[in-house]
Amino acid sequence: MSRITTALRTPMSRRLITSLATMAVVALMTGPSGSATQPTVGPSGSFGEHVSIFGLFPGPRWLLFFIFALVMWGIWSFWLRRGTTIRTAASTLTTPPKRAFAHRPVRWGFYVVLIFLGVIFPHLVTSQYWQSVMVEQIAVFVLLALGLNVVVGFAGLLDLGFVAFYAIGAYATAWVTGSLPTPAPFGIHLNPFFAIPVAIALVMIAGVLLGTPTLRLRGDYLAIVTLGFGEIITIFANNLYGITGGSYGSGGVTGKHGIPHFSINLGPIHYRWTLNPVPYYYLILVFVVIFIVAFSLLEHSRVGRAWTAIREDEVAAESVGINPLKYKVMAFAIGAASAGFAGVVTAAQTIFIFPATFTLQVSINILALVIFGGMGSIAGVAVGAMVIQTGSMYLLHTPPAGYQPADLYMYLGALLMVTMIFRPMGLIPSRRRRREIVLTESGEGHMNEVLSGENP
Amino acid sequence: MKLEVRDAVVRYGAITALHGVSFDVDEGEIVTLLGANGAGKTTTLRMLSGLHGVTSGHILFEGRDVSATPAHEFITLGIGHVPEGRRIFPQMTVEENLEMGAFARKGSYSDDLERMYTTFPILKERRKQLGGNLSGGEQQMLAIGRALMGQPRLLLLDEPSMGLAPMVVESIFRIIGEIRDAGTTILLVEQNAAQALRLADRGYVLENGRIALADRADVLLTDPRVRAVYLGEDAV
Repeated sequence: MSRITTALRTPMSRRLITSLATMAVVALMTGPSGSATQPTVGPSGSFGEHVSIFGLFPGPRWLLFFIFALVMWGIWSFWLRRGTTIRTAASTLTTPPKRAFAHRPVRWGFYVVLIFLGVIFPHLVTSQYWQSVMVEQIAVFVLLALGLNVVVGFAGLLDLGFVAFYAIGAYATAWVTGSLPTPAPFGIHLNPFFAIPVAIALVMIAGVLLGTPTLRLRGDYLAIVTLGFGEIITIFANNLYGITGGSYGSGGVTGKHGIPHFSINLGPIHYRWTLNPVPYYYLILVFVVIFIVAFSLLEHSRVGRAWTAIREDEVAAESVGINPLKYKVMAFAIGAASAGFAGVVTAAQTIFIFPATFTLQVSINILALVIFGGMGSIAGVAVGAMVIQTGSMYLLHTPPAGYQPADLYMYLGALLMVTMIFRPMGLIPSRRRRREIVLTESGEGHMNEVLSGENP
Repeated sequence: MKLEVRDAVVRYGAITALHGVSFDVDEGEIVTLLGANGAGKTTTLRMLSGLHGVTSGHILFEGRDVSATPAHEFITLGIGHVPEGRRIFPQMTVEENLEMGAFARKGSYSDDLERMYTTFPILKERRKQLGGNLSGGEQQMLAIGRALMGQPRLLLLDEPSMGLAPMVVESIFRIIGEIRDAGTTILLVEQNAAQALRLADRGYVLENGRIALADRADVLLTDPRVRAVYLGEDAV
């Protein structure tokens, strides 16, 4: 007996047991769901159901997941033995490009190529589904992630109600275009283009109003208050029937006309955006570039340095003359701006808006994009948003066997956990955090190993 | 008079931390505040740097009442604060930390940066390293340098010797003396009474939120009560 327990305690077999257990859980979670009348269908189907094993031959699910567990065990053991070698080789390989990237012409060339790719992208993706996903789910979320990154990544404030600003932007657009049950201001129905400054101004005011009393709070307390703010806005949108149309959406019960599309009427130039997502894609692309440039200029400005100081040590920041409240409120207002714009585009593109679009889940989703991409890294959150949103939309479009839409957040959670373990600074860490890792690698620093993600 | 504290009372809710404390610091002096844990040293410094307001009483800096000034405006007034536990920015380089010290200033500060590197040669060697990777003594020097970058006329030092090796404390105290010689008035809050009194001109001893003793530093150094309580010698 004792010999068996000793054998089970060796690292090798412990890894095998962990792999088997993980895959058993995954098999259960991805398997069929039971019901009140047949409660055993879930577990028995999860393991017993016959599936095609790698398209080669039919077999029970337990065999498939047993193979997965063996593969996981193999990769794990291999990584422990060869991981350091692989990481060193990878960093040797990526050093020359990184160094080249430090040269201005190379960097600008890279940006030009990126923008060119962005411009021709809709011509590479011709599927109707992916074109609309590109706008509604990817580009809009890139904007939202960029905005939340200012709050979370630059100023270090945990905001769990970011969706509120998105909602305010969208409802402000509906309001000034005269598409809400409540009359437009001064009875003038504006083109959505004019809604952009109005919406951005409104969300920035909302940011200041929310921020001034609450940003004295720190950490968890702030997170709770922002969470509440997000919920309040959604509840307002749901319950103020006379103003927002309630849960019927911006059209209200009476079926008011929808929010108009963007249009340009400048002398001889007439252009009207339509249901076609491609023109919207270009519109957002322009604004994404504007926000990226503005936010990265801000990051390296005096304001950005004040944010870094507050994030690292608030008392020290005060001692050098930084007013923490002022700069935190600024972060809130500036971050909200891009969410406000995202709201305008969503409103104009989807014609009707509903409170159900602006849920807590969206706030969490945006936060997940920022954490996955790399807090404080503009390139990181943009790429992170593209990767995660593309992935989740792919799962929605072509779900693998047994996948249900509600499973998405489970996978997202698993992805975040794996990110935190293996790459805690995110997909593309910000420069400050990357520099820290370089310091550790060269042996000059003695940073906490967990923080830098260098060793398991 | 550089700094005058008159009958300052500080309360944390129902607890009174300072019961009417009065003391002053003259131009060009090093004054030290001594006291055991919980005597009110840190509260006094928090009050002097605007982190905690006074319930009653006054703080006059160069004749001006600063008792209601928010913390972040103190450096612009001319009061620099080296917080307890150093509190340097861990993920900024040494140079960026020093530059942050000049945040509230207008105009160029490059000659001050050079002066810091002459005062603290070790910081020049480490200028590209992250603040968090420095040793305790280097961090203390960085914290002092950062406060000096704001060109204070009065420097508040909160326990600069905390957690440092005796030799390092020695050199930190030598530097504090040099800073005073360069024209900055210093208020030093310390637990290391012997070192502090050897450096200071005058000293105050806080006990239970009140000033228990006030005298010239050399007198305090020989005072049997001080020797008994703070220097670990048996009462005579």
